[in-house]
Amino acid sequence: MISADKIERCQIASLNMRKNILHLAHQAGSNGAHLGPALSIVEIMAVLYLQIMNIRPFDPIWPLRDRFILSKGHGALGYYVALFESGLISKDALYTYEINGGSFSGQPSKDLSLGIEYSGGSLGLGLSYGAGIALAARRKKELFQTYVLMGDGEVNEGSVWETVMFAKHNDLSNLTAIIDRNSMQSDGSCEDIIRIDMEAAWRGFGWDVITCDGHNISELLQTFPNDRTNGPRVIIANTVKGKGISFMENSKDWHHNRLTDDLYQKALCELDEAGGVSVGN
Amino acid sequence: MLEIKHTTIRTLSILGQRGAFGYALNELAKENEQIIALTSDLRTTSGLDRFNNAYPERVINVGIAEQNMIGIASGLSTLGFVPFATTFANFASLRACEQMRHHMGYMRENIKIVGFGGGFAMGMFGITHYGIEDVSSIRSIPNIAILSPADSLETVKATIAAAQHKGPVYLRLTGVMNQPMVYKEDYDYEIGKAVQLRDGTDIAIFATGGMVHQSLQAAEQLDKTGISCKVVNVHTIIPIDKQAIMNSLGVKLLVTVEEHSRIGGLGSTVAEVLTELDEKPPQLLIGVSNEYKPAGSYEYMLEQYGLNFMSITEKIIKRYGEVK
Repeated sequence: MISADKIERCQIASLNMRKNILHLAHQAGSNGAHLGPALSIVEIMAVLYLQIMNIRPFDPIWPLRDRFILSKGHGALGYYVALFESGLISKDALYTYEINGGSFSGQPSKDLSLGIEYSGGSLGLGLSYGAGIALAARRKKELFQTYVLMGDGEVNEGSVWETVMFAKHNDLSNLTAIIDRNSMQSDGSCEDIIRIDMEAAWRGFGWDVITCDGHNISELLQTFPNDRTNGPRVIIANTVKGKGISFMENSKDWHHNRLTDDLYQKALCELDEAGGVSVGN
Repeated sequence: MLEIKHTTIRTLSILGQRGAFGYALNELAKENEQIIALTSDLRTTSGLDRFNNAYPERVINVGIAEQNMIGIASGLSTLGFVPFATTFANFASLRACEQMRHHMGYMRENIKIVGFGGGFAMGMFGITHYGIEDVSSIRSIPNIAILSPADSLETVKATIAAAQHKGPVYLRLTGVMNQPMVYKEDYDYEIGKAVQLRDGTDIAIFATGGMVHQSLQAAEQLDKTGISCKVVNVHTIIPIDKQAIMNSLGVKLLVTVEEHSRIGGLGSTVAEVLTELDEKPPQLLIGVSNEYKPAGSYEYMLEQYGLNFMSITEKIIKRYGEVK
């Protein structure tokens, strides 16, 4: 049974994270931001960073920390706000998002001092990195877990499946892949672009497959704890692209877009209404 | 660290660069338990059988999946392992080019890619297996040192240096078994420091990989015709030894020789240094012309592309006659 405290903490954090995502996207102005792919991963990130992962916010390079690899770098905003929520970065740092030459660009750039383990952006490269870390951990008898978050469009990349085979062959039981199954990719619906039976594909390669509601905190909290004995695992988290903002949900136009003053206010109002209470930053 | 005896040098030359690499890795592994080898289903071809016999648990065969291999190596390096990942030069640099850019160039992980079969070493395997565009592909990626040893002994030296070097390295191996010896005894090797093998005043030849020995032979031929020829072994293409080039500006002709496309390899690297100078000798750029010729044996391909010492000599005499 998951305690109500934990659930509430993640719910509050998720609301805060969405507000910060909007704030940063608005601040980015005409540069625009990847909003859809950030909003779909909010609950996943909140649960990982606030409840599941073993991290020390004041010691980001602690050798025993669990590793998180954002392979779908397009979710950067959802990632940065989680780093802030967990205490790994300050608000001042967070608010440097998309500032020229800054540390928090449109796609994450590896900087361990900020808790960023991996440079994202080019799809299909993160799972191999995570598998390498997981293999190294096992060889060095380190007990930490490695989590790799990918997009469902990202699995179009053939390089992903090279690692899927490798991870199974090496029984990397300390590796968890998470698929942000929002069923959309840059040009529209995954179903229209490359149709795949996601569960069957991973199961066919011998992975443990768990499907859950990627916006249901209680479900995520029950899904993540590691009770496996062998083999890698994938969590297919069913999500909604642009989750939480009506005009962004399931809209290809909000994969990457500019958030105007008016739309920013409209989006904030929606969050306040849905969230019940307004939670300050 | 590793003492290399005269008899060992002779044996290494019989093995060729791949076997020499395997020997060196085995020696390194005795002292450094972080050394680990990866291969994409080319363990034997990579010269790793000896290493595998001694340390089977330290060889990771990823299957025929070069892109994954580089990502796995990159992840391994984050916990202190020093991974040497091996495959054919073209598969590393072309199939997995973006992985090299991402993990080595951008993230600067401490991984070493060993690209064997550089040039025409794969002979009858054919054009798919020739490594003639690898240097040009990798050279435009920042942060990757490119090592190109002249013979088997230098392959051992380069492998040791790559392991000690903090940062990404691409080690390019050329030639076949029974590779002629450039070095008959041990010497000092330092990444980024070219080695002058022969002095001369009329011409300076900057050569790399298996072309160093061919260039030494060419220099002897030129000597017979009264042309005094310096030969420099450019065992490190990136970072290029600018000082070695500056030390050779007094010649009447500067020649670069490489078993690689004339586009983007050693010749281009040297030209990029020369082009910024006001006073410089003309450059003759000898390498693989920009075309795929029908495949054949190693010696045949060198002949077809004019890269054996006789062809090199002829090309130099012709150009020298025009500029002297």
